[in-house]
Amino acid sequence: MVEGQIPIEEYKTGNTKHKWDFNKLNFAHRIVAEYDYKKGEINKGYANRTLYINLESREIKEKKVTEDMKKKFTGGRGFGLKLLWDGIKPSTRWDSNENELIITTGPLCGATQYPGSGKSICLTVSPLKDIICDSNVGGFFGPYLKFAGFDAVEIQGKAKHDVIIIIDGEKGKITVETAPLEETDSHLLNEQLTHMYASEDNDKSRQKISVVTAGKGAKNSYWGCLNFSFYDIRRKVSRMKQAGRGGLGTVFRDKKIKAIVAKVESFTGISNNPANPNKIASVGTKLHREIRDLDRYQCNMRAVGTSHLVEVMDEYDLLPCENYRFGSFPKASKIYSPKFYERFTKIIPDGCWHGCTMACSKTVDGFKVKTGPYKDQKVTVDGPEYETIACGSNMGLWNPDWILEFNFYCDTYGLDTISTGTSIAFYMEMYEYGILNKKRCDNLELCFGNFDAVMEFIHRLAKDNKSEFITVAGKGIRCVKDWLKKNSWGDPLLIDDCGMESKGLEYSEYVTKESLAMQGGYGLTLKGPQHDEAWLIFMDMVNNAIPTFKEKAEALHYYPMWRTWFGLNGLCKLPWNDIEPANNAETEEPTKVPEHVQNYVEYQNAMTGWNITKDDLIMQSERCYNWQRAMNVWMGRGRRKDDWIPYRSMGPVTEVEYLSRKDRYNKLIVEKLGIKEDEVEKMDTINKIKLLYDYRQDQYQKLADAVYFRRGWTPNGIPTPQKMKKLGFTDKKILDMLQKAIDEDDIKGLNVWGGKYKKGEKPPSIDPKYWEKWKTL
Amino acid sequence: MSIKVNGKQVIWIENETVKQLLKRMKYTFPLVVVKINDKLVPRSSYTETIIPDKAKIAVIHMISGG
Repeated sequence: MVEGQIPIEEYKTGNTKHKWDFNKLNFAHRIVAEYDYKKGEINKGYANRTLYINLESREIKEKKVTEDMKKKFTGGRGFGLKLLWDGIKPSTRWDSNENELIITTGPLCGATQYPGSGKSICLTVSPLKDIICDSNVGGFFGPYLKFAGFDAVEIQGKAKHDVIIIIDGEKGKITVETAPLEETDSHLLNEQLTHMYASEDNDKSRQKISVVTAGKGAKNSYWGCLNFSFYDIRRKVSRMKQAGRGGLGTVFRDKKIKAIVAKVESFTGISNNPANPNKIASVGTKLHREIRDLDRYQCNMRAVGTSHLVEVMDEYDLLPCENYRFGSFPKASKIYSPKFYERFTKIIPDGCWHGCTMACSKTVDGFKVKTGPYKDQKVTVDGPEYETIACGSNMGLWNPDWILEFNFYCDTYGLDTISTGTSIAFYMEMYEYGILNKKRCDNLELCFGNFDAVMEFIHRLAKDNKSEFITVAGKGIRCVKDWLKKNSWGDPLLIDDCGMESKGLEYSEYVTKESLAMQGGYGLTLKGPQHDEAWLIFMDMVNNAIPTFKEKAEALHYYPMWRTWFGLNGLCKLPWNDIEPANNAETEEPTKVPEHVQNYVEYQNAMTGWNITKDDLIMQSERCYNWQRAMNVWMGRGRRKDDWIPYRSMGPVTEVEYLSRKDRYNKLIVEKLGIKEDEVEKMDTINKIKLLYDYRQDQYQKLADAVYFRRGWTPNGIPTPQKMKKLGFTDKKILDMLQKAIDEDDIKGLNVWGGKYKKGEKPPSIDPKYWEKWKTL
Repeated sequence: MSIKVNGKQVIWIENETVKQLLKRMKYTFPLVVVKINDKLVPRSSYTETIIPDKAKIAVIHMISGG
């Protein structure tokens, strides 16, 4: 025992007191479909087949992973996009029969020698956006899916009744069976199924099970997340990580999937059969030591997880407070990481996959629930991570226990904390302006800081019979904007400017007003405003390292390629740049963490036996990134208008926001708009807001111009066939589709730059068809 | 008398160390690289390195986040 460690029997973890009659639950199951398969060996990171399940036709089959598929799409998210391209239509919507829910792994997924190698990537056509959304998640399911024999599982069609899908890697059998009696809420359902499907009644057997679930909230809103379990052998609790974004859980429940269970016979650190296991071990060991020795002096993730970001964001005016009106708040220190550190259970390794030294997956054990169906019960709360805590500041909830309660219920109901928190924050602001009121909000006083109203809103969301407000509100900000405008409640421009969504997806938790590059990092994206494409605020706003549009565009090319790459391979992003080698500062480009980039080159080569360079890694991502954008175009999106962002993310919408940072904005008007200081002083606030409004929107358009050009797209944001060919794509269907879309834009006059260029300013190209010159590339 | 910190004009304070400057600028993020006139300042020297007048300071915050 480590000094200070508490014996396991003294932990009060919660979640462990339930008794169920498993015979009764099992007896009610009815087999809908079965499929026996030959267990195979993983070769150099690939199982070399994917699993297809159609819940409507009850067809189950294996699909071969070809060398061409690996070459073009690498794995993980790339494989998911390829399967979706083959499986859906441009008219497919989230609740169409042919929509697919895909869970993928990646060639590096499941390794235990390199930290952060247990990620799954989930994809579907999103209910919030009508385009594809991808979301990554920890937990054991991805590695177990691969060790059971599959690089991905692809689920199409809808079942008639609630079903469980069992992927049994021990027996080599896939089963789809009805499950009418099991619990619905995730923390209980995970526990039930983990016990029910374990081969023996012991912890070792339970650890070989991983379960994917959603919940009642996922069924009744568009914010459904997927919970991926991992059995914590020390706590004896089936814990959960979330694939949160885009409504994956909503699609899961629409298909009437209650759970997916993956089971493995056994696995070791080399179950991936890497080409060079010794090399992976040596690269991994180097990083393990780095994290062990340096994390405590850097981000301290091993102690507090991502919650350390709360105080950082508050100090830099980036913490979203009261629906992103402000970037810091006097009460913010009440939810700084030490407040959560006090509550986290300590001295237990907290990785969400084996071998992750970063171990950022913190829990509060024995948390006493205050509201709802589990009132007064003790439970284990996974997290909260930074994003969930910042949802608290966004809603004005300045009490750590309130945030834990919000976290627990969102998880067990299968609700994405980010979309839920950001949306409620918007509704609260509308309430403050009288655009919403108690009557319109189903008798809830949904004002900033009202914890009881927040929890009651969430509990009502999890019920089948809902009022008009709860029904509309659960469909997200975009729906509510339309609803408010349809009813002529409030100024439509104010509603549009304050509702923090783009492409239908709610913003994650960073204030971007002072960082144009980060506005692009949220808006000029594939799926919408989620920070897993690019996080450039420091580089842009603080370091002032990318002052020109061209430099910002280069960053908005390079950094999303890295984040994409992790999704292709089944890796976590955190060990890339939330820890840095001791000598990183001495390198030429410290922000790129060159030693870690080299680690990834060596890691992928050692796993696959390939001989790639760091430029090849970027190319792998660029292929996938452009393919996904092309699919957005195919589905009727992926244009400049779809990349628009609400003004709240560009600048101050209201007088209170302007006045709270008056000196900053006055100075900006003087410096950027050339108006004399004394004149600015005399102007009223409304006029100054209007000046900034026009200036900053034009800046965003110019940024989009530069980014589209750098990415090899048209001025309306469509990947050009020339670019796709350069990336190695020869698929006639996609190339013809893109050309047709470009021709249609041409007829509509949309192939023009968006920025207003004054004398002395130049757009990225003066050639109206610049991409046609790229034919020879 | 002034210095430039990340391209912005800032008042120079006599005998101010790197550590004090970071505090004044509210640069609390732990993953930073500091360069004075393009020369790297080791983290271990932040408390004793004095900022000279007219210096060009780069406080490079690593990306992190998310």
